[in-house]
Amino acid sequence: MKPILLIDFGSTYTKVTAVDADAAKLLGSAAAYTTVQTDINDGLANAVALLSEQTGKLEFAERYACSSAAGGLRMIASGLVPELTAEAAKCASLGAGAKVIKTYSFELTEDDAAEIVSMKPDIFLLVGGTDGGNKACILNNAHMLAGAGGDFPIVIAGNRNAARECEHILAGREVYVCENVMPKFGTLNIEPAQQKIREIFLSRIVRAKGLTKASELISGILMPTPSAFLAAMQLLADGTESQSGIGELIAVDVGGATTDVYSISAGMPDRPGTIIKGLPEPYVKRTVEGDVGMRYSIHGIVEAAGCEAIAAASGIAPARVQELVDYLATHTDMLPTTPELAALDEALAGYAIRTAVTRHAGRIEEVYTMMGLAYAQTGKNLMNVERLVVTGGSLIHTKNTRKIASYALYDPQDPTSLKPRKAELLVDRKYILAAMGLLSKYYPEAALTIMKEELENNGLAE
Amino acid sequence: MSNKKTLVIGVIGADVHAVGNKILYHAFTDAGFEVINLGVMVSQEEYIAAAIESNADAIVVSSLYGQGELDCRGMREKCDEAGLEGILLYVGGNIVIGKQPFDEVEKRFKAMGFNRAFPPGTPPETTIDALKEDLHVEG
Repeated sequence: MKPILLIDFGSTYTKVTAVDADAAKLLGSAAAYTTVQTDINDGLANAVALLSEQTGKLEFAERYACSSAAGGLRMIASGLVPELTAEAAKCASLGAGAKVIKTYSFELTEDDAAEIVSMKPDIFLLVGGTDGGNKACILNNAHMLAGAGGDFPIVIAGNRNAARECEHILAGREVYVCENVMPKFGTLNIEPAQQKIREIFLSRIVRAKGLTKASELISGILMPTPSAFLAAMQLLADGTESQSGIGELIAVDVGGATTDVYSISAGMPDRPGTIIKGLPEPYVKRTVEGDVGMRYSIHGIVEAAGCEAIAAASGIAPARVQELVDYLATHTDMLPTTPELAALDEALAGYAIRTAVTRHAGRIEEVYTMMGLAYAQTGKNLMNVERLVVTGGSLIHTKNTRKIASYALYDPQDPTSLKPRKAELLVDRKYILAAMGLLSKYYPEAALTIMKEELENNGLAE
Repeated sequence: MSNKKTLVIGVIGADVHAVGNKILYHAFTDAGFEVINLGVMVSQEEYIAAAIESNADAIVVSSLYGQGELDCRGMREKCDEAGLEGILLYVGGNIVIGKQPFDEVEKRFKAMGFNRAFPPGTPPETTIDALKEDLHVEG
């Protein structure tokens, strides 16, 4: 037996998971309040104490942690054209597990620069221009950042012909130069920037966020929680050399403040003669809807879906829906303790999923040309993805998971949105996915075996 | 990066004629240009966005289905608005419907702000020579 402790320092809870890496078995999991204000180890010790009540005393051979405590990894990005390098910058940041507070395009103004400093990002990602392309924008933006102060690190991943000059302009700041996120027009190259972001997170952010004390107890890897989650999803989809994965998938994490959607899928068209428009899509993609969440961002769900739709889905009168939503927005720790609240939460969770997955998925448009009907696809085609992984309190603590999750599927009312036709539903009942992402870095076989074992199959959602 | 001149090319509007576009891509590349090929069904905004990111020297618009005049209207003004003042704009193909005298067609496209317009059946070499002349490329 080789017990390993996996820790997820969340903004509210510190979740711990114990596994036996030799037997590839889950031993137990527990959670306690995060104590980032005092000593983060207090919360960890409490969680571990609860865990050992289940598992008995364990001598952990190794401990790994991920964190979204103290605001997570907060980033700001700037690019040139909104749909091109600015989008690539956002995509790179989200894929590295960051929370993107804002994305700027074109030239930054002095007001923008002042706003950036006031938002105190953990990392700034500066891009713009293809290699050999536009330099004026990124150079201007480097000047603006240099003049504005602040002490956040800056990752330069734009036009390579301007990168060193940007570095000189920003002399005295913590600056890292890496490959362009869009070296050629229409080509995404986001991994080098993501790698750099993760390194900075490890070396600098962890220290700044009071996690150092914990890191002394930890054998290795501190990564942003979404990054761990993403690693778990990719392993589950793709498998390892000796063990096959389950194939292309979509995962949805409905939280209190945001709803995250992950897709591990090439997303190519299936209709012949379809033309792909827009930026190429990364195989592993994460999007975060900051205005869609079950409590802090509850109003965003109502705005996107409409109060009537939520009333119809929950069987509660629209006026009452509005009243309850306003109440929940300010009482963010309120759990659905009454049948009325439970019905409302289910409807809200369904529409949170629909809104977030619709924004994540691509669209297909019919175009009538002189040569007949043609199709133009933007974004990923997820219609043929057959597996849907769901997590988040509103999906885990209910019997109606399948009904709620079906909101992620193709909707005949919105036929151009390329969401899955039908999918096998896998539920993260024990909240283990971030932990499995951590484990996958050292024990991918065990992590994959445990996920296959522990994810609860809720059958086919149609 | 070399000092190659950068072109943005593509077929405008709801036009799916892909063959000529590929021929032009190869011809322009062989002639020493850095070519960003947007393919078919390209909107004015897509040409402009690509030209901004890549700091392009020219946009070469193809139109093969007779709707070029409608599709190209306002493109020069949009380029100006987007900060691409003075960028070279070419158009070519079957850019209007029916048999119209080409000098009149050319006049109309020049009035719309295109630097050059090419009639149906123009060999790529003609356009390449024009590009080299307008962009002051040796050889």
